[in-house]
Amino acid sequence: MSVARTIHFTLNGRKVSTEIEPHHNLVELLQRFDLFGARESCGQGLCGCCTAVVDGQPVSGCLYFAVMVDGKSVTTVEAFDADGALSKVQQAFIDHGAFQCGFCTPGFVLMTHQLLQDKPNPSDDDIRDYLSGNLCRCAAYPEIIAAVKAAARAGR
Amino acid sequence: MAQVGRGIPRLEARSKVTGRAEYTHNLRLPGMLYAKVFRSTVPHGRIVRIDTSAAAALPGVERVVTGEDIRKVIPEPYYGPAFHDQPILALDKVRHVGEPVAAVVAADPHVAEQAVQLIEAEYEELPAVYDEVEAMTSQAIVHEVLKPAGTFADLKHLAGKTGTNVALDFHLTRGDTDKAFAGADHVFEHTFRSQQALHLAFEPFVAVAEPGDGMVTVHTSNQTPSFVRMEIARLLGWQENQVRVKVPLLGGGFGAKVYVKLEPLVVALALIVRRPVKVALTMEEQFYMITKHPTTFRIKSGVTKDGKITARECEVHWNGGAYADIGPRVCQKSGFTAPGPYDIDHIKIDSYELYTNRTPCGALRGFGIPQLVWAYECHTDIIARELGIDPVEMRRKNILREGRPQATGTKMKDAAIEQVLDALAEQMPWSKPFDRGTGVIRRGRGIAIGFKASISPTTSVAIVNVSADGSASLNMATTDMGQGSDTIMAQIVAEVLDIQAEHVRVMHTDTDITPYDMGTLGSRSTFHMGHAVRLAAEDAKAKLAALAAEAGLPPGTNYPPSEIFVKRYGMRAGNVIGSGTYIPTYQSPDKTTGMSENVTPFWMIGGTGAEIEVDTETGKVRVTRLVNVADCGTPINPRIATTQLSGGATMALGFTLFEDMVLDGGQVTNASLADYKIPGMHDIPPMYNELVDAKQSNGPFGAKGLGESATFGVSPAIANALDDAVGIRLTDLPMTPEAVLRALRAKEGRPLEDDA
Repeated sequence: MSVARTIHFTLNGRKVSTEIEPHHNLVELLQRFDLFGARESCGQGLCGCCTAVVDGQPVSGCLYFAVMVDGKSVTTVEAFDADGALSKVQQAFIDHGAFQCGFCTPGFVLMTHQLLQDKPNPSDDDIRDYLSGNLCRCAAYPEIIAAVKAAARAGR
Repeated sequence: MAQVGRGIPRLEARSKVTGRAEYTHNLRLPGMLYAKVFRSTVPHGRIVRIDTSAAAALPGVERVVTGEDIRKVIPEPYYGPAFHDQPILALDKVRHVGEPVAAVVAADPHVAEQAVQLIEAEYEELPAVYDEVEAMTSQAIVHEVLKPAGTFADLKHLAGKTGTNVALDFHLTRGDTDKAFAGADHVFEHTFRSQQALHLAFEPFVAVAEPGDGMVTVHTSNQTPSFVRMEIARLLGWQENQVRVKVPLLGGGFGAKVYVKLEPLVVALALIVRRPVKVALTMEEQFYMITKHPTTFRIKSGVTKDGKITARECEVHWNGGAYADIGPRVCQKSGFTAPGPYDIDHIKIDSYELYTNRTPCGALRGFGIPQLVWAYECHTDIIARELGIDPVEMRRKNILREGRPQATGTKMKDAAIEQVLDALAEQMPWSKPFDRGTGVIRRGRGIAIGFKASISPTTSVAIVNVSADGSASLNMATTDMGQGSDTIMAQIVAEVLDIQAEHVRVMHTDTDITPYDMGTLGSRSTFHMGHAVRLAAEDAKAKLAALAAEAGLPPGTNYPPSEIFVKRYGMRAGNVIGSGTYIPTYQSPDKTTGMSENVTPFWMIGGTGAEIEVDTETGKVRVTRLVNVADCGTPINPRIATTQLSGGATMALGFTLFEDMVLDGGQVTNASLADYKIPGMHDIPPMYNELVDAKQSNGPFGAKGLGESATFGVSPAIANALDDAVGIRLTDLPMTPEAVLRALRAKEGRPLEDDA
């Protein structure tokens, strides 16, 4: 369909490179590395299931062209338990039952990390504001809010 | 330690927070191809011509397949649980916009998608019908001949019928409503309508078929794997053991992923190209797969002056869309509860399932019950207000109590309706004064209660396998789509075998090793599969005891299973396999009267209380508090049960206030998450959730279903609160700011210009 090009970037702290076509998005790129935590669902950047972090900035992987990460650093949900231990956010999500089907959960976990990095002691409004770009059809919202607060208390 | 009743986290929790949970969405197989679907652009038409030549010529395209090509592998390619009415790809006719007409298979999904754009189809358009009441008499006939599947006895009389859109009519008569209306102090009659909405699971429909040697494997995001196996075997003319269905975790289901959806298509494509084929829908395509029935419900009640309901007539029209799916069952199984959880002597129910030229409608978290509760709880509230009776008192005066006959004649048992009502009243709190406001912002409160029968009679089978080290695995085909079935079933195994629930391994469905289950639907799993799992674990326990006796161990001694195996087999070896099958007793409703002495093994009760604020300048309704109460018997896992309450209520909140599939000339005009909004972080009111202290005496460990209960009362509770706040009564869903504002302005005598 189109011409492939090689890109080099840092993925969860590891330098990698691959060939990619210009129409491929970030979710498709991550799948090449067997990372399935970022999931394309709405395809419009509205549900947050495809969230990944590029150079410290959360992006919607479904709308983010893969070639744009050339030379950048990408973090996915799989980074948090790379050493085998869960992050405090992940543990808090489990402790508070902050998910049901789990399909949207990686996006919420990533955005909660982002929130607590920016605002270690978030208010309720901060929580709703940061997580308003993530939707949960099972509607575990009350449990998610409780988990975020618990993670903040535990210091991420 | 007691395992049942523990609020443990979901067994698969770690995999979900780390992004490593297994969904069909993630699946890739060696040599796998992708298929994309070309869809109808007209709501009803004869196919004149399909030109696939340009698509087939696109480099990278493996195959373009039309309905006629499907016949080469499946001669009679019509499927469905109630009617064999749905072609895998359209044949002769299309019946709704978005109906699959052709498919393109390619190694690169982008190539397949591009090729789909190159397909051209020409249709001879036919008159179409979209409204469920018009469909009763419309000249537009969606299906020329009705083709019931033969599964359900009450559909058999429809076989071969022509010239009708009625896919089932269910009738119930008890007493004499005409006479009772004539003798009533007051007679009230209202009509309520509900909209087309959809499940919108975040893992859109996805399935992969993998052809094998004399068999086929289907990997699918599906709630009824045993049915998939049977239906694929039927379509292919194969034995069931030639079809293997595998289901990992689901990224949401909500009733969308029941029976067969994408599975016949992927199987046909895989058999044609002889390679594994994956079809993964986009969010937009989900709007053309399965939705929630729009309904028109005319309800009429005769009431004494002190508020006792003496007679009720219910006429429900269910808009089933272009293919029946499970709609006829919704029409019947929910239809018989249309008068509500009230003790009424004279009842008449007429419930009709209609074909129309819309996206098919099936089961959505409540199997039609929320549409019914919407009508009967608004109606009940209007009557209370008209008679000057407190809405809680009005309900208390009329509710069905233990031992009293429901509309079908089945006597109520273990249905904590009054407890749910009492809990609602207490938590609101209803008896305390309530500030309704005076300025632009007005406040109101309302309640609603509803009930649901279980889908009967249905069967579940389970296997518990104890290994020689004493560890236990559970083989069952219940699908965990987020409701927590893996966890609670493990708790049941653990309770019986006296081990830790966290140590039980729950196998995900693989029909080669997991036995039959009717399906994960209608909140049936806790009760039906719960019993089967309990029986299987008890069987395993009895077999362990027998093994101990064979090993010469004295009866009653407390040997750990691992030692029993060593004693019996001389080394760590062997298995103990327990199995359990459960089907409750049931009596099908009489064909003419609709009467049955045993119409359901259990009743689910759900109630909602809502406090709202209405901005009288904009019509915007803000829910400031939601009280969700249900009777689920004794919960196996109270924490997971509570999340089902708040989750169900929030989903219903979307259907109440904004979710609406907008149709224009048969086209869905808002088929995307950008235009079809669902509840997010900012839409969630403070919630109070309560499971009343109850016990289902014939349930496993006193438990019964819950997944749908919190959805029942949300819409009418909010409508009743709106009436309480500003004195307007909306009879259509959703209650958008525009609808509220129009009603407010009409009430003030200065209607908006286009209403004037």
